[in-house]
Amino acid sequence: MSFKTIVDIFLNNWPMFLRGAGMTLFISIIGTIVGLIIGLCVGIIRTIPIPERGPKRTLLLVINKILSIYIEFFRGTPMIVQSMVIFYGTAQAFGVQMNRVFAALLIVSINTGAYMSEIVRGGIVSIDKGQFEAAQAIGMTHLQTMTNVVMPQVIRNILPATGNEFVINVKDTSVLNVISVTELFFQTKSIAGATFKFFEPYFITSIIYLIMTITITRILRSIERRMDGPANFIMAGNQMQVERPEDIVRKKQGQ
Amino acid sequence: MERVIDVQHLSKTFGTNEVLKDIDFSVNKGEVVSIIGSSGSGKSTLLRCINLLEKPTSGKIIYNGKNILDHAHDIYAYRTKLGMVFQQFNLFNNHDVLSNCTVGQIKVLKRSKEEAEEIALKYLKNVGMEKYIHAKPKQLSGGQKQRVAIARALSMEPDVMLFDEPTSALDPEMVGEVLKVMKELAESGLTMIVVTHEMGFAKEVSDRVIFMDKGVIAEEGTPEEIFNSPKQERTKEFLYRILKEV
Repeated sequence: MSFKTIVDIFLNNWPMFLRGAGMTLFISIIGTIVGLIIGLCVGIIRTIPIPERGPKRTLLLVINKILSIYIEFFRGTPMIVQSMVIFYGTAQAFGVQMNRVFAALLIVSINTGAYMSEIVRGGIVSIDKGQFEAAQAIGMTHLQTMTNVVMPQVIRNILPATGNEFVINVKDTSVLNVISVTELFFQTKSIAGATFKFFEPYFITSIIYLIMTITITRILRSIERRMDGPANFIMAGNQMQVERPEDIVRKKQGQ
Repeated sequence: MERVIDVQHLSKTFGTNEVLKDIDFSVNKGEVVSIIGSSGSGKSTLLRCINLLEKPTSGKIIYNGKNILDHAHDIYAYRTKLGMVFQQFNLFNNHDVLSNCTVGQIKVLKRSKEEAEEIALKYLKNVGMEKYIHAKPKQLSGGQKQRVAIARALSMEPDVMLFDEPTSALDPEMVGEVLKVMKELAESGLTMIVVTHEMGFAKEVSDRVIFMDKGVIAEEGTPEEIFNSPKQERTKEFLYRILKEV
């Protein structure tokens, strides 16, 4: 083992490493985004206030039950087992032939969705009741309250947790090697098998994982900062700028 | 005089706790009514029942000749006619000052953005907050937040303004600026229902004062009647306690 062998192995196999990393990123990005969308929908549905009586109450209770079974099932079983069941299991039992990459996306998405549902629900519950009341008091419906007041705050608050899920997904896609998806871990395994070396390829792969996760963390942090906006605000019509508030509004509209 | 809101036989129970017992209460156009009473007397609950943030257990709320508690009634349209100012301000944290005052107009009243901003600016000027239109709520002091909250409610151009202890969460030095705005509103002829612990304000500004105790209206009258010659023993007791503190 020497520094030279590491470099050699990388130079000889870099297209495979790169393709593997690309597949890993592709699956984890799509999986996280779809998972976030699932999580937002489920979280919003689970926090709809349940009326005291009527058919809407029964419907909501049934839907809530189904959703909580979904969450419990996918949070409570390992993704590696889910992969086997969904890809090989359904193929054998029901004859469903799935594209490997599609199966991978499906597994990561619904798995992330289950976690994100609870993160979103927590985010909604943590918003001060006063925000809901103020929105209702000016005549907003529940849907208007959610879209205009509550969800923008929830999304800002759950960004760190979403970043967490993203980083976890980058790493956990490695379990998809059991269904032969050509992501980074699977590629490394092939390289290691071909060269009979284990330290070097896996060392390179760990560095690639690290580069991906650190980059993602940085990008999400800067998105958070952008969403927070500037720490200070501009006074309308002070001595520095002789515009009146009306002018500023007009200018904003002109844009 | 034209009645704006007429509350009849209103009751509200939380579990077994009867918070409001058979309340009859009405407000005329242009009238300023103050509701006073000790904590837990039901005055905030009454206010919250009026705009249906709490659902009354029984009774009627008549607005424009119609009972709002009828199932057929559109409570969303009704709520736009009542401006609510909360003790904890409850400004929308994700909106700046201007858009706090426009979001309801645009989304609920379907006004255009230009019109909404013009109206919002008018009321922000009234409360002296027009310079802060770009500020986020967290960048404002308590008194400033409450003035924006008042402008937000006014921007919907409601028939009645409801104030739920608007100065109770403020630092003492900020109370004045909010009361000044409210006094100007009262003088402009706005119909107002104010739940308050500010006896000075109740005495000076209101046309009528209601004293609530243990879920009922114990006494009702002009400020002079209530503050200078209360008839009920419990009114006297309450005023004695409150005024001694000051």
